[in-house]
Formats: sequence, structure tokens, C-alpha cells
Amino acid sequence: MAEQCAVIGIGQTKHRESRRDLSLPGLVRDAAIRALQDADMTWKDIDSIVIGTAPDMFEGVMMPELWLSDALGAAGKPIFRVHTAGSVGGSTAVVASHLIQGGVHEKVLTLAFEKQSEANAMWALSPAVPFQPQLVAGAGGYFAPLIRSYIRRADAHPDTGCMVAVKDRQHGLLNPNAHLHIDQTLEQVKASPMLWDPIRYSETCPSSDGAVAMVLVHEKHAGRVKNPAWVKGTSVRTERTFFAGRDQVNPAAGKLCAKDVYDEAGISNPLKEIDCAEVYVPFSWFEPMWLENLGFAEEGEGWKMTMEGETKIGGKMPLNMSGGVMCTNPIGASGMLRFAEAARQVRGTAERHQVEGAKVALGHAYGGGSQFFATWIVSSER
Amino acid sequence: MRDVAIVSFSQLPSVKAMEAADEPELVQPVTSDAMKQVGLTQDDIGFTCSGSTDYLPGRPFSFVAAVDGLKAWPPLRESHVEMDGGFALYEAWVRLMHGDIDTALVFSFGKSSLGPVPDILNLQNDPYYVQPLGLDSISAAALQAQAMIDSGKATERDFAEVAARNRKNAMDNPNAQIKGDFSVDAMLEEPYISSPLRKSFCPPLSDSAAAIVLAAGDAARKLVKRPAWIRGFDHRTEPHALGQRDLTTSPSSKLAAEKAGLRKGRVDLAELHAPFAHQEIILREAMGLGDDINVNPSGGALAANSLMTAGLIRFGEAATRVLRGDANRALAHTTNGVCLQHNLVAILEGE
Repeated sequence: MAEQCAVIGIGQTKHRESRRDLSLPGLVRDAAIRALQDADMTWKDIDSIVIGTAPDMFEGVMMPELWLSDALGAAGKPIFRVHTAGSVGGSTAVVASHLIQGGVHEKVLTLAFEKQSEANAMWALSPAVPFQPQLVAGAGGYFAPLIRSYIRRADAHPDTGCMVAVKDRQHGLLNPNAHLHIDQTLEQVKASPMLWDPIRYSETCPSSDGAVAMVLVHEKHAGRVKNPAWVKGTSVRTERTFFAGRDQVNPAAGKLCAKDVYDEAGISNPLKEIDCAEVYVPFSWFEPMWLENLGFAEEGEGWKMTMEGETKIGGKMPLNMSGGVMCTNPIGASGMLRFAEAARQVRGTAERHQVEGAKVALGHAYGGGSQFFATWIVSSER
Repeated sequence: MRDVAIVSFSQLPSVKAMEAADEPELVQPVTSDAMKQVGLTQDDIGFTCSGSTDYLPGRPFSFVAAVDGLKAWPPLRESHVEMDGGFALYEAWVRLMHGDIDTALVFSFGKSSLGPVPDILNLQNDPYYVQPLGLDSISAAALQAQAMIDSGKATERDFAEVAARNRKNAMDNPNAQIKGDFSVDAMLEEPYISSPLRKSFCPPLSDSAAAIVLAAGDAARKLVKRPAWIRGFDHRTEPHALGQRDLTTSPSSKLAAEKAGLRKGRVDLAELHAPFAHQEIILREAMGLGDDINVNPSGGALAANSLMTAGLIRFGEAATRVLRGDANRALAHTTNGVCLQHNLVAILEGE
């Protein structure tokens, strides 16, 4: 890449089941203003805006960037809208970083949001496609068979998913912005109702209202703050819905996405060289699955890291220090929240969920039927 | 900045309804043809980007199915914008600036035949104050056209002349949907759809798909004799509320054209994404495109208007003329939103 890009401002809303106190413009503005304040900037400083959100149908506004341009001070500026399913928050940040690395703009505000209380996401995610049988009810219905397949292949301990739920909710208790603040025991998670076998109610993510924003700048503006997070690598990868030999349990697109980002960031041993990761885990079992897909564990071994507590803050590979998607899930924003939390860790601003001494962190998002992936590596060092 | 060029373009003819085609069937023919024209396959493509909207097929994630029109293996570096394909071209251009890859494939698809498009476009409006009024896209454009008349900037006859010229130009375009030598006087006898707009001042609604291959530097020179170099590329938006804008002007396209370098030389032609006849007059005035400039030799969106694709096709039509050597310097434009809220402009040049 030609130019260096740094994250110098991060802001997010408090995420809740319903932010009835804020309109959609109010929600995005709340996150954007916090990011600008963090970057010691005002609206005038911003050259360009890149926003992302999941399907427009969740809020019933077509191409909402047109309407939200007023709330984001975009008049007279470029505003760009990305949509790559659940990975959109991540791929939106990737486009923003490319605007800077490619020398197109110098100060970019990037933002992702979802106000899920405006609609019913579960049924919005269960479309009846013409001329095809209706296969699933909600994302859980799609992913449950993949999880069962993982458990069988890896011969995984049946408590693994419940352990992830307990751990992520403990992390979420440290994060005042998280939607869910639940202090729950393994027994309580195991006793929660089975929704899509093997996914229990307490092993699913919530449905949230929230937004997150970041200010990304060219290296020459990074000195505005004392602790920029440097973008060392980015990657997006996509695989088709239908093709022979497709492995949705350990998808090739995810492995390639990880390889690309490690290559660009110069990482050869991710477990050793990355200090912590925010990974898109909407159903608890995806933690061990993505540990393997991202190369933190050998195939079939991811669940052991979880069971041994290695993914807690203080463990060998802390995962989802913020509480992750399991505690907060405004779908379109969930990917960018992962990217932003990774940047907060290396900036040393993660407060009570800070991993001590974190220098290099991974942000990860995925979407569709485990087919759209986005990642970035951020570092405290240039 | 890196030199990036359009090296090939493919489109499906715009028609009223392509009833049997699903997303992969729209995407596969144009993407494979665009690559074949320059002797590439998907394996040679560094980045792929598409533009479409879920509100045409009426279901979330419709772009996911479109990926199945591409080669299955290996997984792609790929992105998607919920905007006209012209903006997908912009993202691909930005991606090529990164420097690690040399080629990109851009495509978009739109089947306007699947629903009542003017009513659907009301969903672009403010959901609290405007959507409940039912401001469909034709009524919104009529407000803008009336403002043109009220300000003395244009007459209904001017609108008719724009429509007649575009559809006459389209007679040379095998992909256009409405073409012919139409009489201005006859147009002015048509009943109003939404005063002052008559049917002929409005675009058709089309189904189509289009694809473009981009290449950087020497890679572009290897693929074609005369790449259509993107010398400048910029987009700008305006306030959303119609009441906050002077609808008879387009400051965003003016600014985008300046940033894209329009003034650095004379353009031979411009492909403007002006779905309604009066919008061409607004865009020409804002960008300072005089009568000596050939505007919409393809017939523009008044001759073929597949939503989400009509903007990308403007880039393809302008680039084709540069690639063929018919033009040295061309402007391509895409608009998004109600009454030209958001505008994208590029300047294309031969070697």
C-alpha cells in the first residue's frame, strides 16, 4: 500500500433492545459525534463518509444514506454506502481505509448502524424466495446444522457453546455500552430452552439498536492523538452459495481472508503475534469454529482452547473482550464494532475490558451463509 | 495516484421485462463477455464489486444470489454497494489505488419489472415526514420540473426537445428500449402524468445488467490498444429534504465535475444519467456542458432505464467511445436519490 492509515477516533452508542429515545438520524449522529470528539475533530474536518448497514428492509428506508446524509453533515461531501450482508460493518471500514491508503481522501468518517427495533430481524432473515422452498426460520435455523456438523467432526465437548456464552457475558459485564449485562452460570445457560438444537436460547445473540463510528486518517494527521491504531492489513473474501465441495463449517473464504490479512500485516504465527481478537460470534459455537478457521487453533482443536479458558481476558488468545456479538448485535454495526474494539485494544482505551499490553489485534466479521468475510489487523506500532 | 482505465464493457439489451432471468442469469452473460473481450477469466481478476438494491426483487440479500453468476472457485475478493453500479465502479477504482492488484470486475443488475418502481422509490424519502405523503418518483420529479418552469430556466418544449434528441440518438443503440424520431409537437399534445411531466419526458422502466473491467497501468495497455483512462473521479451529495435545496440547480454534480477535473480540457461527449428530460438541462447547466458537446450519444436513461444499472451503463457507453477512438475525452455521470441528490462524475481519456 502506498499510504499509511490510522484510526484516531472511535465512538459508539449505548446498545439496547430499543433506543426509543433516538431516531435513526439521532442514533448515527450520537456515534459519529463521539468518534469526532475522540479524534479531536469537528464535522468540518471530515473529507468523506463511508457507511454500512445490513438490508435496508430492516428499517424500511431504501438506501438510507440519502436520508442520513443530513445527520452526518455530508452535504457537499462524498458519502458512500456498502452492503455485504453481516460482514458489512467490517467491509465498510475496509473501504474507508482504502480511501486513505489509495490517496483518495485524508480524513474519513466511517459508520455502521442498525435499529433492529424498527422491524423483526428474525423474520426478515427468513425470506421466502420465489420458486424455492422456505428452508429456515431465522439465522439460527441456518447455522444449527453447521454447528452439529462441527461437533461431530471435532468430537467437541458438548458444553463448549455454553462456556462461550458464559465467558462472553462475563466480558460484557465489563463493557458499559453492551446491550446485555447478564451474570449467568454454566448451569443457567445449559438450562435455557433449546431453540435450534444444539443452540440454546442463552447461546444466541440479542437483537439490538446501535451504531458505531470511526475516524480514519492519513498518517500525516495521526499526530492529532497520542495513541493512533495503525491499520496493518485488511481483507475481504466471498464464496458462492452453491458449489460442489463447499465446506460451510470451515469455509475456504474465511481461511483465505485470514491468510490475506496475515500476509499483508506480515504475521506468520497468528496465535503468537496477535494479542487479542474481536471475532463475529452470533451463536456461541462459532467461537471454536472461527478459532480454527482463523488459524488460532488446528482443525478440530478450537473447542479445547475455549474449554481451557484460553479465550478469556488473561488467556492465551483473548476473544471478544467487549462481550462480542453475544452481548450486542445491531446487525449492520456488529462487524464494525469488532473492528473498532480491536482498535480500542491497541490504543489502550478499552477501559475495564482492556487486554494488558495489547499491541496487535484482529477484527473479524462474517455474513450470509458463512460466505462473506472481512478482517483487519491493527497495531499500536506504525 | 495510479492510472486506472476501463478496458471493456458489456450490457444486456434493456427491455421492459426479462421474465425468466434470475440474478445469476443476469450477471453471468455480461461478466463473462466483459472479461472475454480482453481475454481474461475470473482467475485474472483481482477484485470484484457489484451494485444493486434489495427493493427491486423485494427481498433482503438479493445480491448474494448474484455472486452465483460468477466462477465458483476460489473464493473472491469481493464487495457490494447498495447503490447504482456506477458507485461499484468507484469502489473498484479505489481498490485499485491500493496498488497490490491490477484488475477489477464491476457489475450491476436491475429488474425494474418486478414491482411498482415509482412507488418503491418513495421509500428513499424521510420515513417520518415524507414517506407517508406517498411522494412517488414521478411526482417528485414533477415538482423539480415545475420549479424549472417557474424560475424561467426551461419550458415544456425544452423538455420535449431533450426527450426527442435522446431517443433519436438511441436509434444507433441496439441496447436501447425506446428509440425513434419522435415529434416534439406530438409530445406536447400528450396528457400529463404528473404536471408538467408528460409520458415522453419520463424514462422507461427496464430490466438489464452490465459489466465493466478495469485495469491499472501497464496491465491496461497490455489488454487493449487504447484504454479509457479515468483521469478524475469524484462524487458529492446534497441535503436530503427537497425543501432545503434549489431543485433547479445541481451543486453536487458541479462540485464533483470540478473535482474530477472537467475544466482541465475540453470533453467531446458526456453520458449523463438524467432519467427525466428536465434533469439533463439541470446537469448540463451545473457542469457547464455547452451545446457543442455531444450529450448522450447512446440515448441516455430516457431510452433505457434499468434501475441500479443505468448509471454504470453511462460509464460503459462513454468508455466504449474512447476505446473505439471516437472520442478523446468524455464525461460519465451517475445519479442516486430523489431529484438528483447524489452525483458521481468521472473524466475518461484516451492515451
